[in-house]
Amino acid sequence: MANENETVLAEKSFLEEGTTKKATGIASWIFSTDHKRIGILYLASISIFFLVGATLGVLMRLELIAPGRTIMDAQTYNQAFTLHGVIMIFLFIIPGIPAVFGNFFLPIQIGAKDVAFPRLNLLSWWIYLIGAIIALVAIVSPGGAADTGWTFYIPYSVRTGTNVSTAIMAAFILGFSSMLTGINFVTTVHRMRAPGMKWFRLPLFIWSTYATAWIQIIATPIIAITIVLVILERLFGVGVFDPSIGGDPILYQHLFWIYSHPAVYIMILPAMGIVSEIIPTFSRRTIFGYKAIAMSSLAIAFVGYLVWAHHMFTSGMSETALVVFSLLTFLVALPSGVKVFNWIATMYKGSIDPKPPFLWVMNFIVLFSIGGLTGLVLGSLATDIHLHDTYFVVAHFHYVMFGGTGTIFFAALYYWFPKMFGKMYNMKIASFSAAMFFISFNLLYFPKFILGYQGMPRRYYDYLPQFTDLQVISTVGSWFMFVTILLIFGNLIYSLFKGKKASSNPWGGVTLDWHIASPPPLENFDEIPTVTHDPYDFSQLKEMEYDSK
Amino acid sequence: MTQNNAAEHNHDIHRDDVGSKMGMWLFLITELLLFGGLFLVYAVYRFTFPEQFSLAAMELNTTVGTLNTIILLTSSLTVALSIAALQKKNKFLSVIFLVLTEIFALEFMVNKYFEWSAKISHGIYPGSEELLNRSDGEILFFGLYYTMTGIHGLHVIIGMVLLFIMMILIIKNKITSDNLISLENSGLYWHLVDLIWIFLFPLFYLIN
Repeated sequence: MANENETVLAEKSFLEEGTTKKATGIASWIFSTDHKRIGILYLASISIFFLVGATLGVLMRLELIAPGRTIMDAQTYNQAFTLHGVIMIFLFIIPGIPAVFGNFFLPIQIGAKDVAFPRLNLLSWWIYLIGAIIALVAIVSPGGAADTGWTFYIPYSVRTGTNVSTAIMAAFILGFSSMLTGINFVTTVHRMRAPGMKWFRLPLFIWSTYATAWIQIIATPIIAITIVLVILERLFGVGVFDPSIGGDPILYQHLFWIYSHPAVYIMILPAMGIVSEIIPTFSRRTIFGYKAIAMSSLAIAFVGYLVWAHHMFTSGMSETALVVFSLLTFLVALPSGVKVFNWIATMYKGSIDPKPPFLWVMNFIVLFSIGGLTGLVLGSLATDIHLHDTYFVVAHFHYVMFGGTGTIFFAALYYWFPKMFGKMYNMKIASFSAAMFFISFNLLYFPKFILGYQGMPRRYYDYLPQFTDLQVISTVGSWFMFVTILLIFGNLIYSLFKGKKASSNPWGGVTLDWHIASPPPLENFDEIPTVTHDPYDFSQLKEMEYDSK
Repeated sequence: MTQNNAAEHNHDIHRDDVGSKMGMWLFLITELLLFGGLFLVYAVYRFTFPEQFSLAAMELNTTVGTLNTIILLTSSLTVALSIAALQKKNKFLSVIFLVLTEIFALEFMVNKYFEWSAKISHGIYPGSEELLNRSDGEILFFGLYYTMTGIHGLHVIIGMVLLFIMMILIIKNKITSDNLISLENSGLYWHLVDLIWIFLFPLFYLIN
């Protein structure tokens, strides 16, 4: 096998050859316009913030191991959960998959040498970094980190003395980064597809990233202007959200969720795209219902735009609005169901190879289904009144966000790591950590469903003694989870330096990314390929360099 | 969608004018939605306090508003003429029209400055005692007035900087008749600034 690859390996990879004048050193990375290097810049920064956010989460869980004060006071706890939310949402999960894997693989999978606007792409990363730095400034400067929760609800966010303005300014800037990435991706998909790469030959990851990019473009400006209004409110007292002079705090909630609910689909859609990549590869079978999956991404993006007020069932709205928003919320379950059933159907009679990326996808399907179905409990009006703002909600969104997007972030890492770095990781440890993840995840979050059902409100610093047992189980789960996360990253970091060389196609994938060397050369393709196959046509595998062992 | 393969071959100077323009239009969508959020807020409060809004609107100077509308519309014309001039390879005329645009833009901002300072000297600004003594609708009207015209003014300034850079690039022959996509895109941005004003003007000055 090594012999076969020698010709390919003779060529310099993007890791050895950059776009900047200086070939090595940090400058060749942070000023590179190569979409692959930018993807890795994002990967490094996003992983660091993920670890910070996870650490905060573990500390919060530790505080909650017993009623009363354990390791921090109430104010610190408020700041901890705000920070945990802001970091995980704005710095990890929204940019996560599009900025890392979208950047790296979108041009490759459509047969292009780079994105449409490479310099804008680099700028997006810089804006991300500046936003992150401002978020850090908000923590350390006098006044202290924001204590409002990541939703920054009015009127508390205007009244509190903590650094809310700086924190939301960071969110504003991060939004800019996300928007520019969206613009870049939409243009790239329209303009840069290789000859023969028709719309219905696009890999499904591209379809979902494309739908996501549209949400990034259409939804983000609303949060931007909302943030500006809150800052103006804090600085000048304009009054738009201030009930004492006629303003309406509920209007803030509407504006906030008009962005922040579609943002949920910015988080989950790319993950669903990656599931649609991994399942065919490890089942050796073309995807079932290609068009249905592609269109369901667009349908989710569209309907997802119209359901924001289901976050506000207890805030005060007309009966009609309540019913309409509840109905629309249920509609989202349809395209999501289309996807899940098609994935399962793809595996049927496939030749399944349970390698680590596939195991991660199995984690996803179970965890995301639990998260999705409990979402219906919250989407129906009567049950939501009981469960609103309880641990049930916390459990629900951790199942869909962490169990959904987070899990697929790891799946994508384990799927594409050999392609990105040309190194292979330890399979046994990888499979073991995927299993560990499943156990610790459920240990950590499942008790919260029960706690919420029993009436434990979210974001509370203290709780009644009868909740202690489940809180302790959850906290123990958080320790397991932390060890698992270290294992996940440790395995990859070790392999980065000491891992065996990976072949150009270790899994037997057939999308364009598996046709080029690992790691890819600077310009991806020597010559722009002409696409003649459907994306998951495994008959190509015979002509490709693939050793099935 | 056809591929621009000729441009594709020389990858060092990848150029795709259609792509650039598409990117610009997508950006303009985000700008429209940004103001869309503000228009939404305006609509909600106009609906809540119709009488107080018209009462407050009568205090704005319609003459200055009209003047500014004419100025901004004319500046949109001069930008378009500047592009047309460059397309016809008349670099000098193109620069002249850009200078004219800058002058109009400046004039708009100067008028805005006098308008704002007159209001502020009368004690009408967010959080002022004079304003807080008035009805809720009037407070919100002026709050929105400052917010929306302020954010629009910021866009005028950004547009001025953008057009100034374009002017330098034309003088340095970086933008020429066969490579004027960045000038066209800046022109599009300027038209957007104009377009938003066309909506702001009746909402604040005319409906009363």
